[in-house]
Amino acid sequence: MAVLSASCEAGSAAFAANAAAMEAAVAPVLAVREAVEAAAEAVRARYARRGQLLPRERLALLLDPGAPWLELCAYAGWKRYGDKDGTGAGAGAIAGIGRIEGRSCVVVVDNFAVKGGTVTPDGLAKKLRLQEVARENRLPLVSLSQSGGANLQYAHEVFIPGGRGFANQARLSALGIPQVTVVHGSATAGGAYQPGLSDYVIMVRGQATMYLAGPPLLKAATGEVATDEDLGGAAMHTQVSGVGDYLAEDDADGIRLARAVIAALRWPRDGGAAAVEAPLFPATDLMGLVPADAKQPYDCREIIARLVDGSDFLDFKPEYDAATLCGHARIEGHAIGIIGNNGPITAQGAAKAGQFIQLCDQAGMPLLFLHNTTGFLVGTEPERAGIIKHGSKMIQAVANARVPKLSVVVGGSYGAGNYAMCGRGFDPRFLFAWPNARTSVMGPAQAGQVMRIVTEAAMQRAGAVDSARLDALEQGTAAMLAEATTALASSARLEDDGIIDPRQTRDILGLVLGLIASEGARVTRETTFGVARL
Amino acid sequence: MRVLVANRGEIALRVMRTARALGYGCVAVHAPGEGDALHARAADLAVEVLSYLDGAAVIAAARATGAGMVHPGYGFLSENAGFARACAEAGLIFVGPSPEAIALMGDKGRAKDAAAAAGVPVLPGGGPEAAKAIGVPLMVKAAMGGGGKGMRLVTDLAELPEALDRAASEALKSFGDGSLIVEKALLNPRHVEVQVFGDRHGNVVHLGERDCSIQRRHQKVVEEAPSPAVDAALRERMGAAAVALARACGYVGAGTVEFLLEDGDFWFLEMNTRLQVEHPVTEAVTGLDLVDWQFRVARGEALPLRQEEIALSGHAIEVRLYAEDPANGYLPQTGVVHHWQPGAGLRADHALVAGQAVGAGFDPMLAKLIAQGETREEARQALGEGLARTALLGLRSNLSFLREVVDHPVFAEGQATTAFLTRDFTPAASEPDPALLALAVLVLAGAPARRFGFTTGPAPRLTRRFDTGSGVEEVSLTLDGSSAILPDGRRITLDSRDKTHVRARIDGIARDLPFAQEGAVLCIGDLILTDITLAPAAVRDEGGDGRVLAPMAGSVVQVLVAEGARVEKGQTLAVLEAMKMEHPLRAPIAGRVTALTLTPGAQVRARQILIEITPEDS
Repeated sequence: MAVLSASCEAGSAAFAANAAAMEAAVAPVLAVREAVEAAAEAVRARYARRGQLLPRERLALLLDPGAPWLELCAYAGWKRYGDKDGTGAGAGAIAGIGRIEGRSCVVVVDNFAVKGGTVTPDGLAKKLRLQEVARENRLPLVSLSQSGGANLQYAHEVFIPGGRGFANQARLSALGIPQVTVVHGSATAGGAYQPGLSDYVIMVRGQATMYLAGPPLLKAATGEVATDEDLGGAAMHTQVSGVGDYLAEDDADGIRLARAVIAALRWPRDGGAAAVEAPLFPATDLMGLVPADAKQPYDCREIIARLVDGSDFLDFKPEYDAATLCGHARIEGHAIGIIGNNGPITAQGAAKAGQFIQLCDQAGMPLLFLHNTTGFLVGTEPERAGIIKHGSKMIQAVANARVPKLSVVVGGSYGAGNYAMCGRGFDPRFLFAWPNARTSVMGPAQAGQVMRIVTEAAMQRAGAVDSARLDALEQGTAAMLAEATTALASSARLEDDGIIDPRQTRDILGLVLGLIASEGARVTRETTFGVARL
Repeated sequence: MRVLVANRGEIALRVMRTARALGYGCVAVHAPGEGDALHARAADLAVEVLSYLDGAAVIAAARATGAGMVHPGYGFLSENAGFARACAEAGLIFVGPSPEAIALMGDKGRAKDAAAAAGVPVLPGGGPEAAKAIGVPLMVKAAMGGGGKGMRLVTDLAELPEALDRAASEALKSFGDGSLIVEKALLNPRHVEVQVFGDRHGNVVHLGERDCSIQRRHQKVVEEAPSPAVDAALRERMGAAAVALARACGYVGAGTVEFLLEDGDFWFLEMNTRLQVEHPVTEAVTGLDLVDWQFRVARGEALPLRQEEIALSGHAIEVRLYAEDPANGYLPQTGVVHHWQPGAGLRADHALVAGQAVGAGFDPMLAKLIAQGETREEARQALGEGLARTALLGLRSNLSFLREVVDHPVFAEGQATTAFLTRDFTPAASEPDPALLALAVLVLAGAPARRFGFTTGPAPRLTRRFDTGSGVEEVSLTLDGSSAILPDGRRITLDSRDKTHVRARIDGIARDLPFAQEGAVLCIGDLILTDITLAPAAVRDEGGDGRVLAPMAGSVVQVLVAEGARVEKGQTLAVLEAMKMEHPLRAPIAGRVTALTLTPGAQVRARQILIEITPEDS
């Protein structure tokens, strides 16, 4: 292959300015994360008095210490559904991929410490996404449950899609993907089915309760008076009803049992880390590569040189079209095809990418999309060249390629460019965004101008053009869109799996490519109906 | 010619080393279960005996293997006059003095009389009846004893009867003889002993003195030669006194005359008629092999050197590594040696191998570590360095205690007396350094590894609990790659590891630390840790509500209590028959039976409440 050189100089003034801009983009993301942690920390004493561990503490006990933890969808729900202070980021759960007893698992820990852990539509969407991650990557799903139930304000938005969560659970079981749930707190009504549909249920004595109707509703409905423990306590369910399988004495004991269940499964351990060739240029450079001014173009190869083994990249058809970059490389030893943008996608570029995607599909190589595009080239010339036809071809290739696809939004991801580069709608295996990412149907300024032009035309027909109103309309539209296209806003809507630090990009890609490569080793035994709780 | 070494451990190996140099074949005896011990493997032939104290078996072993000499080492049969005599009767050469000399010196009272008769200063003393005349402070000793057993210090005559009683019973238990002597006690003396050697040709020499003042419970821990408190003139006077005593009893072979020394005056304490544990320090400063001399004397040769040919040069210090917990009354410890590496530059006399079990059946001494130098300070520095590099993993030992002693200013200045450990020395805090616990977390978690500690979320905070053997310690840390950061900001980084060492940076300083991992147990530095973070929780009392439920449908066979009866937890209250099996119904808690509706023959349903017990306030 060909070793890339780097033209970016880490010591230059431009690099420093770029890095400062990237740090400024990282800061608000980190601030959100810290606010969520602080909110949980604030209730530590209250839960400690009850002998309960905070969600992060539960997570730390559950995972193999020191093993990598890929947190997913940490910003889901940020400033949505009544989240005024932004601590709703994470949408009621801490989730990701971590290692338990040497096996990578999808882990979902209810974050009852923040806003009571009630489930909003985003919270539900996040859980559905994690189920998808478990299914696609064939990973056991371990839940540490202590939910406040559905947020009744949004109950109507959660009710019907919530059914999909239970259907998914049944289907995961049938697929042979084990689900282990520790019930640390109350799991009422619909919430009771989440553990109920798990393959292995661990209940914590004196804390866990599972029932379809709690004592107050029961009294209202039938007049029966019952205590929490008699109605659905851990002891009752493990000794009498059989809803629970293992009785734990406290939070830590429940987590011990969850680890023991995973350890006992006939499930392969993650492979050992083979020696890999590092890129020639340091990951820290990734902070200073992207121009502070988003209008300034830069060569995507500069990023690739910091991501791939030995900075070794085989450019595909570089002479044919320069704006859409395709080529072969390896990340931590895993062969991949990379598609990047050095400008708008042209008819030629779309054709080149379409061909390259088919080649990777033929070779069974995962695809990595590095988004930085304003979209497809517009104008008379491109239209005459059949840009719609060629764009459609690329989109067909992306949608139908059978190999796993990974997307990282390293800059703009606008318009149909987002689709062609395997945006969320195309179900990439994982999609991450850099803090400077912008995802939108079009640029905010352009959107403002479009609104102005259309409205101005209408005003002219009406005979009176109010330029002050037009200014306000243009600016208002641009501002609204600008706010909604930031990485945080997109991530809040679950349009990605997380905002990542650019310096961690290679590690994250290496992790998920490792999971993809080891899929075949995780042989599952499918059944028709899953395992029913008898 | 073969030599049977009637001992085990380091001394057996030590004796065999010289025996081989002299061209002898070696025969070992070993207790049952010690057939794989180093000393048994080091010998050409090895014979199992029921006990190292079984003289008849040892002699039979010598016969069976054609051994012509028996070297007793120290301890066990080394000062047993009957055994020495039995060897002679069996035609075996006993490497040691005559049975008569052993018997004489083995009796403290007679030994003291002999010393006085030879003109050696003795402390006033006698039988227990002499106590009042001597006055306090007073030392009570077992007449036939040694090793500190049966010794009692009396500072008030009112305590004397009890001290006598207890010393007598201890002496009876340890030596089979409860007779006692009393002696004027010195409160702050040094223990200084003179190595003597005699041959069958009437020659007796001394090889200078050893200072063994640092003792715990009357057992030596640190020994050195020469004594910092003895100058040439005093050496000559003490040497002359020791030689006079040896000569007076026709002593043959290696012996040690022990003295108490205070303010330049010395008094006879006792004479040991064998090779001493601490003989290597004398070897270091004389350049001689004392075991070689023992063999030469035993086969009838004259001593190789005359007194004026014996020169002392330099200084040597020995420490005894014990499997004991100094923080816990020097309680002997047992365990398995996972890793053992004596520090470079030290003479290490030991019989340790990795994987070896150290049991409670024998003396807890594991090894002797000896350093020497031109000057005392040079020797002390070398010892300190050597101890810092000595690794013993798997069981608790006095290793760090020895390091502290060697570093102690009173010892450094050569001022330690027998009161050192009780008066001058304060052991360092025994709480483990959180930095080492953090390092243990990193080691157990498998650091360093690619992407160790990698997270895309907040830095993971770990809280782990360890059983240290003496308690439970908790450490909280934050991971930052292969580094752990303690709450106080200290950073611990694990740079690399192999099977026996980790290289760690603690507070910016890199060092190699020995470590071993056996299952859940991690030995690191001086710590032995078991991660109990996720140990199964104790089951909370299930019978909290005091109700006894029928485990399944059946009929009542027997009712064993009545309403109002007081019952204990676990007591059988009734018997149920179901599925052709009898099931006892037991009390889940202690208390009073407050509800009971059972009659024999009654049918019950599953989970029917049969009996209720109400707990009573005690």
